[in-house]
Amino acid sequence: MPPDSQPAALPAPELPPLSAPTPPGLLELFVAFARMSLAGFGGVLVWARRSIVDQHRWMTADEFNETFALCHFLPGPNIVNLSVVFGSRFRGIPGGIAAFAGLVGPPVVIVTILAALYARYGEIDALRRILAGVSSVAVGLLVAVVLRMMMPLIRKRDLVGLLILAAVFIAIGLLRLPLPAVLLVAIPLSIAITLVMRRRVAA
Amino acid sequence: MNSDPNPIWTLAWTFGLMSLFAVGGANAAIPEMHRVAVEVHHWMTDKQFADVFAISQMSPGPNVLIVTLIGYSVAGVAGALVATLAMCGPTAIVAYYVSRLLARSTQSRWPAIIQAALVPLSIGLMGASGLILAVTSNRTWAAALVTVATAALAFATRLNPFWMLLAGGCLGFAGVI
Repeated sequence: MPPDSQPAALPAPELPPLSAPTPPGLLELFVAFARMSLAGFGGVLVWARRSIVDQHRWMTADEFNETFALCHFLPGPNIVNLSVVFGSRFRGIPGGIAAFAGLVGPPVVIVTILAALYARYGEIDALRRILAGVSSVAVGLLVAVVLRMMMPLIRKRDLVGLLILAAVFIAIGLLRLPLPAVLLVAIPLSIAITLVMRRRVAA
Repeated sequence: MNSDPNPIWTLAWTFGLMSLFAVGGANAAIPEMHRVAVEVHHWMTDKQFADVFAISQMSPGPNVLIVTLIGYSVAGVAGALVATLAMCGPTAIVAYYVSRLLARSTQSRWPAIIQAALVPLSIGLMGASGLILAVTSNRTWAAALVTVATAALAFATRLNPFWMLLAGGCLGFAGVI
């Protein structure tokens, strides 16, 4: 039993506690998110699932998937959204802030130190070469993620989805149009097409 | 950096606005970050942008911390903090309110429809990120080959990305790339 777990006398959080036997306290939220964040090279999501679902059992796998789906469809960094939604579900706004601070605070300190080192030593030849090698690999990793995400669309033969995908890719990647302008056209269009397609399937 | 009289303020509103348009997460917003940081404000060169992306991928923590590095290069520690909070804050507030709203009415079919509509958009955005980063990072054919090989390896296997990044660093140090 963690020392800062909720005594029965405190007012219950607004939403019913989900699968958690003991809802996490503020410090516990901060520490849990700091640990998953510092463990997360190339993406925190895997560690977040491991910590929240497997280790602490604060959520079931289904609850986690639902929460993440919500955070994925909202704009902004998904995992940051997840920390705020997760923390506030258990401890209100302070909980959201504690989880957010844990997720972002410690790595920001590390990254800021790296930024200072880069500003001072970034022109050293050996470091330049290492960074060039790392960035070529990092881009490849990103491309692999994109390919993996495309597979369901290709398997479903979702032509409309692939066309929208290609249009956004061309507008942003090749034509270099500003993001807000592209999204203001693409989001309503894509929602309208999705609605029409679903009606057609239902009919 | 340049003639901007108040770069901190520019960082705040630029990333604050971008935060609300970052459909598909931080990696999908990279083309916009590149457009703003390199082409519009001339905060950094193409080469520096590629470096900053590499550093953000090597560091622990969420990928969004590339904005911390951009902020630092514009206005030091204050810039780093302002850029980070601006990129995370607005969307965090939206996430908080939307999750409370949806917790009350889970029967709505709108979240599922919007989500289905946004999936191809965010993949397209991330694909554009890949293209732009590939062009800015890879100045040689050997480097481009490393990117293609990594993409194939990471797509086909479950190898830990850390080892591939390390191998890239070694290849770079050896002067292959």
